[in-house]
Amino acid sequence: MFQQDLANADCIVIEGSNMAEAHPVGFQWVMEAKARGATVVHVDPRFTRTSALADLHVPIRAGTDIAFLGGLINFVLTHELDFREYVVAYTNAAAILREDFRDTEDLDGLFSGYDPEDRAYDETSWQYEGTSVTAAAGQRQSPQPGASGSATRPVGQGAGDEESHEASQSEQAGSGGITVGGKPKRDETLQHPRCVYQVLKRHYARYTPEMVQEVCGIEPAVFLQVAEALTANSGRERTSSFVYSVGWTHHTVGVQYIRTAAVLQALLGNMGRPGGGILALRGHASIQGSTDIPTLYNILPGYIPMPHASKDRDLDDFVGEASGSVGYWGNMRAYTVSLLKAWWGAAASAENDFCFGHLPRLTGDHSSYQTIAQQIQGNVPGYFLVGENPAVGHANAKMARLGLANLEWLVVRDLQMIESATFWQNGQELETGELRTEDIGTEVFFFPAATHVEKDGSFTNTQRLLQWHHQAVEPPGDARSDLWFYYHLGRIIRQKLADSTDPRDRPLLDLTWDYPVHGPFDEPSADAVLREISGTGPDGAAVSGYTALEDDGSTSCGCWIYSGCYADEVNQPARRKPGREQDWVAPEWGWAWPMNRRTLYNRASADPDGRPWSERKKYVHWDEDAGKWVGPDVPDFQAEKRPDYVPPEDARAEDGIGGADPFIMQNDGKAWLFVPSGLADGPMPTHYEPAESPVPNALYPQQANPSRIEVRGAWNRANPAQSEAFPYVVTTYRLTEHHTAGGMSRTLPYLSELQPEAFCEVSPQLAAERGLEHLGWATLVSARSAIEVKVLVTERVRPLRVAGREVHQVGLPYHWGPNGLVSGDPANDLLGAVLDPNVHIQESKVATCDIRPGRRPRGPALVEFVESYRQRAGSGSGLLPEGGRAPIEVQT
Amino acid sequence: MTSISSLSAAFTGRDPDHQLFGPVPDRTGQSYEAVHPKRVGFFTDTSVCIGCKACEVACKEWNTLPMDDAHGQIDALGLSGESYDNTGMLGANSWRHVAFVEQSRAVDLPMPTVGLPGADAGTRPLQDPPVVHEGVPASATTAEQTDPQQTSSGDREIRWLMSSDVCKHCTHAACLDVCPTGSLFRTEFGTVVVQEDICNGCGYCVPACPYGVIDQRESDGRVFKCTLCYDRLTDGREPACASACPTQSIQFGDLDELQARADERLRALQDKGVEGARLYGRDEGDGVGGAGAFFLLLDEPEVYGLPPDPVVTTRDLPSMWRHAAAGAAMVLGLVAGAFAGRRR
Repeated sequence: MFQQDLANADCIVIEGSNMAEAHPVGFQWVMEAKARGATVVHVDPRFTRTSALADLHVPIRAGTDIAFLGGLINFVLTHELDFREYVVAYTNAAAILREDFRDTEDLDGLFSGYDPEDRAYDETSWQYEGTSVTAAAGQRQSPQPGASGSATRPVGQGAGDEESHEASQSEQAGSGGITVGGKPKRDETLQHPRCVYQVLKRHYARYTPEMVQEVCGIEPAVFLQVAEALTANSGRERTSSFVYSVGWTHHTVGVQYIRTAAVLQALLGNMGRPGGGILALRGHASIQGSTDIPTLYNILPGYIPMPHASKDRDLDDFVGEASGSVGYWGNMRAYTVSLLKAWWGAAASAENDFCFGHLPRLTGDHSSYQTIAQQIQGNVPGYFLVGENPAVGHANAKMARLGLANLEWLVVRDLQMIESATFWQNGQELETGELRTEDIGTEVFFFPAATHVEKDGSFTNTQRLLQWHHQAVEPPGDARSDLWFYYHLGRIIRQKLADSTDPRDRPLLDLTWDYPVHGPFDEPSADAVLREISGTGPDGAAVSGYTALEDDGSTSCGCWIYSGCYADEVNQPARRKPGREQDWVAPEWGWAWPMNRRTLYNRASADPDGRPWSERKKYVHWDEDAGKWVGPDVPDFQAEKRPDYVPPEDARAEDGIGGADPFIMQNDGKAWLFVPSGLADGPMPTHYEPAESPVPNALYPQQANPSRIEVRGAWNRANPAQSEAFPYVVTTYRLTEHHTAGGMSRTLPYLSELQPEAFCEVSPQLAAERGLEHLGWATLVSARSAIEVKVLVTERVRPLRVAGREVHQVGLPYHWGPNGLVSGDPANDLLGAVLDPNVHIQESKVATCDIRPGRRPRGPALVEFVESYRQRAGSGSGLLPEGGRAPIEVQT
Repeated sequence: MTSISSLSAAFTGRDPDHQLFGPVPDRTGQSYEAVHPKRVGFFTDTSVCIGCKACEVACKEWNTLPMDDAHGQIDALGLSGESYDNTGMLGANSWRHVAFVEQSRAVDLPMPTVGLPGADAGTRPLQDPPVVHEGVPASATTAEQTDPQQTSSGDREIRWLMSSDVCKHCTHAACLDVCPTGSLFRTEFGTVVVQEDICNGCGYCVPACPYGVIDQRESDGRVFKCTLCYDRLTDGREPACASACPTQSIQFGDLDELQARADERLRALQDKGVEGARLYGRDEGDGVGGAGAFFLLLDEPEVYGLPPDPVVTTRDLPSMWRHAAAGAAMVLGLVAGAFAGRRR
């Protein structure tokens, strides 16, 4: 959904997000919905500025959202409040599973197929009856044991254990998910004991209001208020939406958090409809764009997976069976070939596999924290940091600094001299004696960067909307745009290699690197880059969209999902027709991928026959007279495919999707309540405690996500679960007044003065328990480090009764570091790096700590102080050898 | 229409056209210009304020004010401990100030009932209320809203009141009345502005302001306060704070329109049973003749740090002058009498 569409919601549940503080501009649409009568619920450990404007704030123990959302699913299923017609027609609720599938209820918190050795799942038993997982794109998704979970082992397994380094399966599948071979058997009555609906019902049967209280600390009366508001505002006439941000993603079960909401919204019929859906609020400008055209190691533009070194030897291997599959990923060959043509132009031909061999290859898990662990070992010579400040912003920032200190060279491009460029000069480890400036070999190159007003370009915002910005002023001094930097870097490298005959230089030399430049500094044309991304046809003219892309090399497109953003030779993202001059969807403001669609899967806003579910929630529907789908948005469906279309047996790609199957990126066209393949940690979301938790898992003997990724070494010790040394829950977050790791706000006087010091928020009860004074100092300790911050005592933070005891939560904004107008200890020094197995995101929204009044020890005494805590907790020693190069430890 | 001329008030107190207190005559049409602009102002609806402080930042950016701490110390930085408010107060260096007020009280939760959802669940009517402008956010005045900024949280009810304060641009502005240099003046928009190049730093206006808004900058000696972005108004643009506000908590416009909007908003909230909702500075019969910048509050003014019953400090000037004059006459009489007696 898009933010403006929130105004159409009848109920909005904001959970895992502090929208009013972190996304204040988008929050206007929540206010609009509220003004129109919607109920706004905020579920959050703290009472924030979002809570202040909500109708109901639900205080929740950090890291227990699956228990809460699972409770809502149970409420819906128990009372049969699901939107049954929608569920039967548009989800896989009716599909029947194999007989050998076992649920977490049967196996003490594990699903069938778990291999404790690999800490990974074999998905064979998760399949539908009578189907097999046939890989959508060749071997990459083959369900061999260990394939999905192979990344779950600690990093640093010995050589020759290549399998264990592989990226997890879900990432390799790109955005399209996994293809399931064959049509599943279905029971449209949803009564079959092995149909997804019944399996789901049993899975969540114990997620009762009382269990929610036991796990989350939410009173049953409050839980029921949410359940009733949500279910009463869902169905044919009404829609409800969820809003989340990194409060959901930054967990060892982050992907499953969002899955839980997806299951709930699919059951309530809230997907693809106005005022319904799940709005993911991205963390900062164009972070959506940097996954679409990725800065991630394991995907290519448009969520095409990155090929693997040993498996994807040629294009046919790579595209594999996707070329024969159903759904839009069936066209993956056309998208891939067009991408190769955009990059290597005339050099890419059918004879040389369109230069497929030029693409980089995966040899293992090269995600962020694994890379840092390798940096510490001295295995990474060089590193580019662009708009990122890991010395403050990464979980376990100390580990990040140790990594930076063990490079040969480092390029930092930023607006300001951030901590990641000055760690060798004023990093905390210099004070403790763990590092010495004279021993740090990293050569740091700092390049001042141009801001968005100093360059042309586009932002892709949280709702996939591309908006163009024009340069207003020249950047000051040596500051240059990123486009300028990379274009000229590439140009100079190509010049230096021009005479090379080494085949390994061919990928660089064959690149199309011919963007027009202008101005005094030879600024490349951002407009030309956008046109290349959008794609061109055989005649060299801009294509209308991805449906025009071919797999024969006649078309070129830098990112298939962005295809059409330069349609008609017009920079579509630069369109700025005011809202008052068009309808509320405002399709002529900017351009949204794909094909300028504002709401994905909007075919679901009509019933199976193509009629609107209700007049009130009318959106996209079938117009029989016109013979096409119509509505205020671009239909997310083949425009003239009739609702009663039944695909022939041999149909492939989009032609294999039926006329009443809205979820066109899945090969069955259905929303998946149960995921038979593609997730590393289970087909249905299950409550696991955070890796660091003060209480036992009330639902299962399995304490935490069994497939989570741990990165082990003296520089990343864990707080053991239920440790008396670390009895309190800590959660980190942002404030409106600062921006992430502070590089863009701690240097600005008007923002710095508004939140001038690092602080934590504690309840009056915890303050009394630990002798903390309002505005006094507190020292927070974990197995990683200890930091000092000021204390704000406030009733907005409250202890929760969980598992028969009182659990205290400490709130900790993470914006500060040693540089800038306002400085303070980085909160991220406190956090460890323990990761979600699907996407390698760290659990930075919940950890444990100790808190005590007063300032922390200084110098080497700080190391001893933290080490004494580690000894007490049994975390293992965190003392570092010279240079910090403690080895990666292999789990035994 | 409420209109105020740019003529300064006289001190006589007798001329009904020149007043320091009480109702103001309509001066529409009495202008050097062919068309006198309507009086403009701010309606700050605190019930939709999200405390983002965009108004403070926009104000400082536009007016190039110095960084300061909660005590108005330039280039100082420090946590105030007053919730998320580190601005502290309005002053020479902060012309917008967002107050943060944390309140909480216990509530009785009903006993949990497990069963099918009741009819009392929070649902909106199926007939949507009309929206002023489809696709344009939050004219909160059309809102039907339940208790804003009053949220039940477990067994507590917590309010986090946020309110962006600003110069009130009073109908009877004492700062302007006492200014000996004419630095403070009433603009054609009915707002009150200090001219920085005329102010001599005498500081008379500082104690004259019943709200404690206008303030001297220590390093400079002159006084500074909100100009209601006079420079932007003359270019036909709205003030910086109002244009930055994401939820339309700060609304700028013609004062009579804002007043009507505020009355409607208050009625809507009262109909919803919102305790404590009230307008502040709206009443033209109050001690300052009504404010050009007025507020919708959810609690007593004192809770937000506002005086409950402000009165223009020059209200009694005419009678003070009369008393002074009478006193002087008496002294003169006595002195004259004394000389007369000596001569005898």
